[in-house]
Amino acid sequence: MSKRLKIFLNGLIFENPTLVIFLGMCPALGTTNTVENACYMSLCVLAVLVLSNIIISSIRKIVPNEVRIPVYIIIIATLVSVIDMLFHAYLSYDVYSALGSFISLIVVNCIILGRAESFASKNTVVDSIVDGVGYACGFAASIIVVALFREVVGTGCLSWAGHSVTIIPSAYVISIFASNSGAFIALGLVVALFTAVMNAIKDRKAKKLKEAK
Amino acid sequence: MEIIGIAFAALLGSNIVLSRFLGICPFLGVSKKSSNAIGMGLALIVVVTLSSMICYGLDKLLVLLGMASYLELVVFILVIASFVQLLEFFLKKYIPSLYKSLGVYLPLITTNCVVLQVCLDLVSREYNFLQTITYSVSTAAGYMLVIVLFSFIRMRLDNQEMPKAFKGNAIALITAGLMAMAFMAFSGFKF
Repeated sequence: MSKRLKIFLNGLIFENPTLVIFLGMCPALGTTNTVENACYMSLCVLAVLVLSNIIISSIRKIVPNEVRIPVYIIIIATLVSVIDMLFHAYLSYDVYSALGSFISLIVVNCIILGRAESFASKNTVVDSIVDGVGYACGFAASIIVVALFREVVGTGCLSWAGHSVTIIPSAYVISIFASNSGAFIALGLVVALFTAVMNAIKDRKAKKLKEAK
Repeated sequence: MEIIGIAFAALLGSNIVLSRFLGICPFLGVSKKSSNAIGMGLALIVVVTLSSMICYGLDKLLVLLGMASYLELVVFILVIASFVQLLEFFLKKYIPSLYKSLGVYLPLITTNCVVLQVCLDLVSREYNFLQTITYSVSTAAGYMLVIVLFSFIRMRLDNQEMPKAFKGNAIALITAGLMAMAFMAFSGFKF
C-alpha cells in the first residue's frame, strides 16, 4: 500500500472520526435528520478541513511553537466565517436554517483542530490535503449512513430539494428515529454495526495468520 | 415570568445536550465516573456564565463599530480561549484546591461547543443583560444535570452483559437516546 493511500484510508476507516475515535459528534447527531442536510454539512466540513490543513501545513515552519494553538484557532474561525457567509448567500433558506449554528460550531469541532495539531503541523502540504480529504470523507460517509437510516425509517421517504420518493408506506414508519432521541439511538446502532464488522474482519485475519503458521 | 420561562427551557425543556445535541464529545468522554462528571459540570458553569457576560459586552461594542456580522465568531472564540487560559492561571495561583479538583477539565472546555453556542444564542435572540445571565447559568446547569445523571447510569452499565459490539460508546449513545426520550416530556410545559 502506498503511503498516501494509507493516510487516506486511515481517516476513512481505521480512525473514522465519528465511529471510532468519537470526535465531532454534535453535527453527527444534529444534522442527520435528512440526507440533504448531512450532505451539505459534510461539504462544509470538507472545505474547512482541507483549506485549514493546506494553510497550516504551509506555514508550519514560520509559526512559533508557543502560539501555535491561537494561530490555528484564528485560521479556522476565519475560514468558518467565510464558508458560513457563502452558504448563507447561495444555499436555500430551508437548508441553511436547518444546519443553523452547526456551521459556526465547526470552529470548535475537534476533528479540525485535532488534524491541524497532530498532522498538518508536522507534514507536507500534499500529505495534509490527502489527510484532510480522508478524514472529511470518513465523517461524510458515517453521517450520511446515519441520515439515510433516520430519514428512511423515520419518515418513510427520501427527499432532495423539494422532490421526494416514498420508500416505506407511512403505516410502517418508526417515527421515533426522526425525532431527537432517535438520533442518539440511530447513531448508537450504526456505531455497534461498524464495530461488529471491524471485529469480524480482525478475527478472520487472526485466524488466517494462525492457519498460515 | 419571562425569566422563569427562559430558565426552565434552558434547564429541561430544550436541554442543550439532549434536545440540541451540543457538547456531546465531553458528554461521552467525561461521563465514565460521576466525580469527573461533577467536576466538568462545575467548571462549565463558571466558564459559560463569565464568558457569556464578556461576550455580551463585546458584542455591543462590535455592533457599535458595525463589524458584528463578520467578526463575531472570531472574537467570541478568542475571548473564550483566552478566558479559559486566564481562569486557569488565576485558580492555580489563588484557589489551588479548586484548580486541582477541576484538573484537566478546564482546558478541555475551550473546545466544548456549549460555551460558543451560548454566546451565539444570546446575540441571535437579542437578550438583555439579566436574561443573558439567567440563560447562561441555567444552560450550564442543565448540562451538569444531564452529564451527572448519565454518569450514574454508565457506572451501572459497566457490569451488565451485552453483545461485544455494543460495549462502550454504542450502548452509551443508546442510553442517551432513552434519556432524551424522557426529557422530551418537559418540552410540553409552557410559561
